[in-house]
Amino acid sequence: MPRINSSAELEEIRKDILSSRDPDKPCITLCSGSACQATHCKKVAAALEQEMEKQGLKDKVHFRKTGCHGFCEKGPIVVIYPEGICYLQVKPEDIPEIVSQTLMEKKVVERLVYVDPTTGEKTTFEEEIPFYKNQERLVLGPNTKIDPKSIEDYIAVGGYQALPKVLFEMTPEQVIAEVKAASLRGRGGGGFPAGVKWEAARNAIGDPKYVIVNCDEGDPGAYMDRSLMEGNPFCVLEGLLIGAYAIGSHEGYIYVRQEYPLAVENVTFAIKKAEELGFLGKDILGSGFDFTIKVHQGAGAFVCGEETALIMSLEGKVGEPKARPPYPAVKGLWGKPTNINNVETWANVPLIITKGAAVFTSIGTEGSKGTKIFSLVGKVNNTGLVEVPMGVTLRDIVYKIGGGIPGGKKFKAVQTGGPAGGCMPEALLDMAVDFDQLTKAGSMMGSGGMIVLDEETCMVDFARYFLNFLADESCGKCTPCREGVKQMLKILTRITKGKGMKDDIELLEELAEVAGSSALCALGKGAPNPVLSTIRHFRDEYEAHINGGKCPAYSCKELISYYIDPDKCQACMSCGKKCPTEAIDGGKNLIHMVIQEKCTKCGSCLEACPARFGAVRKISGEPVPAPVPEEARTIVRKSKQI
Amino acid sequence: MDNDKIEQIIDKHNSEAGSLIQILLDIQSEFHWLPKEALNRVSEKLHVPMSKIQHITTFYKSFSMVPKGRHEVHVCMGTACHVRGAQRVLDTVQDQIGIKPGETDVDLKFSLETVNCLGCCALGPVMVVDGEYHGNIAPAQIVDTLKIYE
Repeated sequence: MPRINSSAELEEIRKDILSSRDPDKPCITLCSGSACQATHCKKVAAALEQEMEKQGLKDKVHFRKTGCHGFCEKGPIVVIYPEGICYLQVKPEDIPEIVSQTLMEKKVVERLVYVDPTTGEKTTFEEEIPFYKNQERLVLGPNTKIDPKSIEDYIAVGGYQALPKVLFEMTPEQVIAEVKAASLRGRGGGGFPAGVKWEAARNAIGDPKYVIVNCDEGDPGAYMDRSLMEGNPFCVLEGLLIGAYAIGSHEGYIYVRQEYPLAVENVTFAIKKAEELGFLGKDILGSGFDFTIKVHQGAGAFVCGEETALIMSLEGKVGEPKARPPYPAVKGLWGKPTNINNVETWANVPLIITKGAAVFTSIGTEGSKGTKIFSLVGKVNNTGLVEVPMGVTLRDIVYKIGGGIPGGKKFKAVQTGGPAGGCMPEALLDMAVDFDQLTKAGSMMGSGGMIVLDEETCMVDFARYFLNFLADESCGKCTPCREGVKQMLKILTRITKGKGMKDDIELLEELAEVAGSSALCALGKGAPNPVLSTIRHFRDEYEAHINGGKCPAYSCKELISYYIDPDKCQACMSCGKKCPTEAIDGGKNLIHMVIQEKCTKCGSCLEACPARFGAVRKISGEPVPAPVPEEARTIVRKSKQI
Repeated sequence: MDNDKIEQIIDKHNSEAGSLIQILLDIQSEFHWLPKEALNRVSEKLHVPMSKIQHITTFYKSFSMVPKGRHEVHVCMGTACHVRGAQRVLDTVQDQIGIKPGETDVDLKFSLETVNCLGCCALGPVMVVDGEYHGNIAPAQIVDTLKIYE
């Protein structure tokens, strides 16, 4: 494609692309995001290419490798258009059947469609699957329709409509006014209004000005930014360009976490492609506006997600946060006015410009407009990325979209906001999820991680897990965080080991208050959240650990023992075979016993014991029953008696 | 050690001091660790004192100052993996190969690392060996999984 030099030329090209594409021509798409690559989608792709070649379908069917579809639980996902037939967990060996049955004869391969885990009902079409049906995928939607390496695909779905509108029809002030009117709040953590931030950077004195995409998505359990960056990089670039125009910046940076190689690859490719076509570089679309982008990889430091630390890292220094003010809008990268937003925030911008602030604000709640992508993970049936309007209840997300808790276990809590977030117990399931409600409940939106916990998660251990994470990631610059987090971790660790002391809860609360009010950056200020919110909602679990030496969730290693019930054991040797430390004593027709001294509490025996026997169980807060006398250990089978 | 390779990496980034982290990342990915000779060269060419380079290499997690084993084992300790039993997986891996996270065994066979989140939360708990993902892994499967690596 040649370089595009005007808005009219762009529309001409869009028309050409659309007219060259027959909407009735079959198209088969395969999810090729990172999570699906881990489930070997590359082998599926190779098998599909081979089979289409073999059957002479190469020119008759379009094959598109798309970014993440979001339904990661069931990947790799194959969708066949125009019908929208959706196949889940596709393996290379399924491909010949898909090609011969569906592509050639238009028949559905029943065994690959979605089956409801509770009702057993089958759903053939993508949009009817409950996981998708109950979402509103304004930002994530195009991921399933475009090849991230094809700028034509992006143009075909309506991409690059906002950019010419901004460049040719709006002044920078009007763009800022529109984003302000849309009340777009930052999707990366704080929820600060993006328009206000942009305005501050525009009004700040200094030249040059910088804009940055924060893709240092460090919150464990959150990966929506990666999916957007991998699956629809052009959209993020378009948003960034619009912001740059509004702020008056000609240089941008994309800071990507080092653990996301595919995101780096795709966005680097997208930048190159956009430069070739005149969407980046000098005189963009003939408007006279210049803008260049550099990609910078992180080197593995959670704190670099914090904007001032990120800037330090961009400058090639150690990523330690700085006290604000001055805010980056005034004094940021190389001391110049800088605006940082995260990936999802930037990805919302083209949408606001094309649809208008009025449409955007018609979605969501009073204080939080638009949609939010959550990564729904943990103990939930449908793990994946979920985009819903702000204000949807937790219950709808966990049950309607997420399909509830697996294995008939009981729901315990949802954790949001990343390591410095908090937990919402069952009583808060009907809470509407938006920035303000989450804060009110003692948690926060964060980047949108949503971890579902069931009865088997120990809340004290869960708090310990986060504090361990934060202690490890604390940069060490300020004392309240460096020492305070460490002390809280020490106390939590001793509680999970059954060595908790009488006043430990009060001591934790006191430490939390100090760290929360005096730490330098959001990492230290938020560090008390997991402690305080678990104490607030699950104080009884803390007390059980401290007073009774018992872990009610049967999770803390030091407080549990595995025990084989002699009345239930059928001496089948299943557990013995699976035990990695040979801690099972027993043999054929000899009731098994756990040798407690050898047991590493890995739980393999519990998983191995056939459900119909259910002989292995966990014990906590009470001694392990005495072993059965040797003479009573032999099982006499009924069949042998006759 | 391949000195030309190091020169190439430094030149690729125009010997800019601001690119220090990017240069170190490229060296790490080329050699799987940061040899002292390479760091000396970076220090000379970029006019950055060694103390500053050391500060950076010890601050960021991606950098290793010691050689890595032939096989790199990563256990994901992300929140989703944690609630699905990642600790039990890590404990079993440690038992099996006899080293702790951040360590390499004496035969240079395995290096063990934990990672904060790989973003494949649907597959949790996840163990990655040399880039190969082992999803929904149970402690009982680990012995067999690690056996195939020589």
